[in-house]
Amino acid sequence: MMKNLKQKMVALAGDQAVAFAAKQSDVDVVAAYPITPQTIIVEQFSEYVANGEVETEFICTESEHSAMAASIAASATGARAFTASASAGLALMHEMLFVASGCRVPVVMAIANRALSAPLNIHGDHSDSMAQRDSGWIQMYAENSQEAYDSIIQAFKIAENSNVLLPVMVGLDGFTLSHTLENVETFSDETVKEYVGIRKIANVLTHEGKLAPFRLDPKNPMTMGPIALQNYYFEFKRQQEEAMSNALMVIQNVNKEYGEISGRKYGNGLIDEYYLKDAEIAVICIGSTAGTMKTIVDQLRNEGIKAGLLRIRTFRPFPSEDIRTALSNVKAIAVMDKSMSFGGNGGPTFHEIRNALYDSNPRPFIVNYIYGLGGRDTSPTQLRTIYSDLQQILTKQTIDQPIKYLGLRD
Amino acid sequence: MTTQEWKFTAKEIANKPDLFLPGHRACAGCVPATVLKLVMKATRGPTIVTEATGCMEVVSSIYPYTSWATPWLHTAFETAAANASGIEAALKIMKKKGRISQEHVDVIAIAGDGGTFDIGFQALSGAVERGHDFLFLLYDNEAYMNTGIQRSSGTPHGAATTTSPAGSSVPGKLEYKKPLADIMIAHNMEYVATASPYYWRDLITKVRKGLEVEGPAFLHVFAPCPRGWRSNPAKSIEYSKLAVETCVFPIWEAVNGNYKLSSPSKLLSLAPQKKKPVSDYLKGQGRFRHMFKPENKALLDEVQNITDKRWKQLLKKCNLS
Repeated sequence: MMKNLKQKMVALAGDQAVAFAAKQSDVDVVAAYPITPQTIIVEQFSEYVANGEVETEFICTESEHSAMAASIAASATGARAFTASASAGLALMHEMLFVASGCRVPVVMAIANRALSAPLNIHGDHSDSMAQRDSGWIQMYAENSQEAYDSIIQAFKIAENSNVLLPVMVGLDGFTLSHTLENVETFSDETVKEYVGIRKIANVLTHEGKLAPFRLDPKNPMTMGPIALQNYYFEFKRQQEEAMSNALMVIQNVNKEYGEISGRKYGNGLIDEYYLKDAEIAVICIGSTAGTMKTIVDQLRNEGIKAGLLRIRTFRPFPSEDIRTALSNVKAIAVMDKSMSFGGNGGPTFHEIRNALYDSNPRPFIVNYIYGLGGRDTSPTQLRTIYSDLQQILTKQTIDQPIKYLGLRD
Repeated sequence: MTTQEWKFTAKEIANKPDLFLPGHRACAGCVPATVLKLVMKATRGPTIVTEATGCMEVVSSIYPYTSWATPWLHTAFETAAANASGIEAALKIMKKKGRISQEHVDVIAIAGDGGTFDIGFQALSGAVERGHDFLFLLYDNEAYMNTGIQRSSGTPHGAATTTSPAGSSVPGKLEYKKPLADIMIAHNMEYVATASPYYWRDLITKVRKGLEVEGPAFLHVFAPCPRGWRSNPAKSIEYSKLAVETCVFPIWEAVNGNYKLSSPSKLLSLAPQKKKPVSDYLKGQGRFRHMFKPENKALLDEVQNITDKRWKQLLKKCNLS
């Protein structure tokens, strides 16, 4: 096993870090369509192609729908396929996302998270990928550009694992991460290429009853993406759920092995805990907000307040058990959602957390904060009020307002 | 494209193993199924097929059975051409990296009229513009048959479908068939052709020519559907002949934009007296029944007029007028 391999610090915006990671992962086919704030990814990758720095077929498709179709087809042919999108582009792909997971193709996609229209808005929130949470894709969210880089490399290992074979999307907050320069530790091309390896194709039974690699291969004709009716469709779906639950362990293993070569770990790969052991109050959030939140927790801890933070890194499969364990001593919890589930009594993360903690005994107080929609700035002062609200809930032992909108104009 | 035309005997074609196998669930008299069988007889080596959602996709891939003896992929309705681009790109780079054999693999994208004229048109136009090496095969049964006979932009003027019914105030489809093959020629494609399965030799030859093109090729194949056309299943192939004889569906090919009539249509251009009236083709098809009512005489005349007009335009393009 390789350990703590040599790395080089470079200044990269989140999008550039993603493109660089894809380049180093020896991707065979990139099929993509430009959309703000993902554009830097495709521009950067086009430059690699133009300068002969990658051995990749780059397909500049006429839509995101075709980008995903081409990615599925390339992956079904046996290639390692990567794409990137955001917002309306991801929404246009919606139909094909289910096809990708149903066809069990390990496509990796970066999402520079952005608000959905209308009204038109190009800035960061999680509406786009949260709307795809039931599409059968593994979903991971990065806290910073470093994690975006690391997660893209890890995503190939996770997606292509024969116990998983599911597509993976890695979210990075639009502009906050996608367009902001950060120092990123990077491996050499050779190291990443060796770590990710050439895509291994699992053997499956063909209709002729022999074992053959699961891809479009004239030597072993296979029918992929068939019609399956009342008698078989259900089993296909159950198997996808099985793969999702296998992914829980695979993501943790990949996080661990990657940690050994890089010196960087993201919690257990599923959740990232910050001062939770003895915390009485805790916030749960996703993405770059966690960076600011950690600073606030530091301040509160200095003041002697038992505050903690839980960052969800992997949203699908949802790590319910890990979250339950991590929060077992916490008495009041605030769940932050950068997207809405209209008419659904709170945001998507709130739903998941309430579901995960329903069986906790004693069950903690749980409240929801919707924030940052359309890129609305959320200041540290505003974020700090969440913890003071939680303190009040503990004092009063009751919740006055279960769902709040942070930084909303009155 | 090679300059030497592929020669074959009927015996060779009959003896060539099928890649589209029997046992599929197509209706009696389904011409699209016959078309696919013939198309797959024209392959020249390893071939990957990708298909749009539609009748032929559904009848040939009911899990756990398949009619495909060649690798086959379906993803969605509008994606046949986008799939082909992904497959072609993957083959190219994997070959370059030495991960698969160096043998050439042909890619065929198949879609019906809905998956080509309408919902799949953007992906088709995009894939052709990008120049992927594939043959796009359109089997045109002139409506959304798989979902129950709804009109498409490939449905001809006057035809009754479930979304363009012949009612008391609207006599079937008012709009005209989109000239799709011409639109594909406007993409500066090296090879575009139309074919009808009655002239099966012509069809097979054109498939092979399309495969031999290094880049995108487009083949528009006429494919009667007795269920959707409300016609006698035993007469499906007869209709595919009549459509050519009446010039409703002339067969031709265009190499680098140079139109050239194929023999059956060429003969009609040389002997115009042999060109049959459109009513010979329309009668017997339930979808055109209303056109033979006295009050719809104008509609019948209009179909003859538009057919003559388009035929004249075609002759002009072939420098035959």
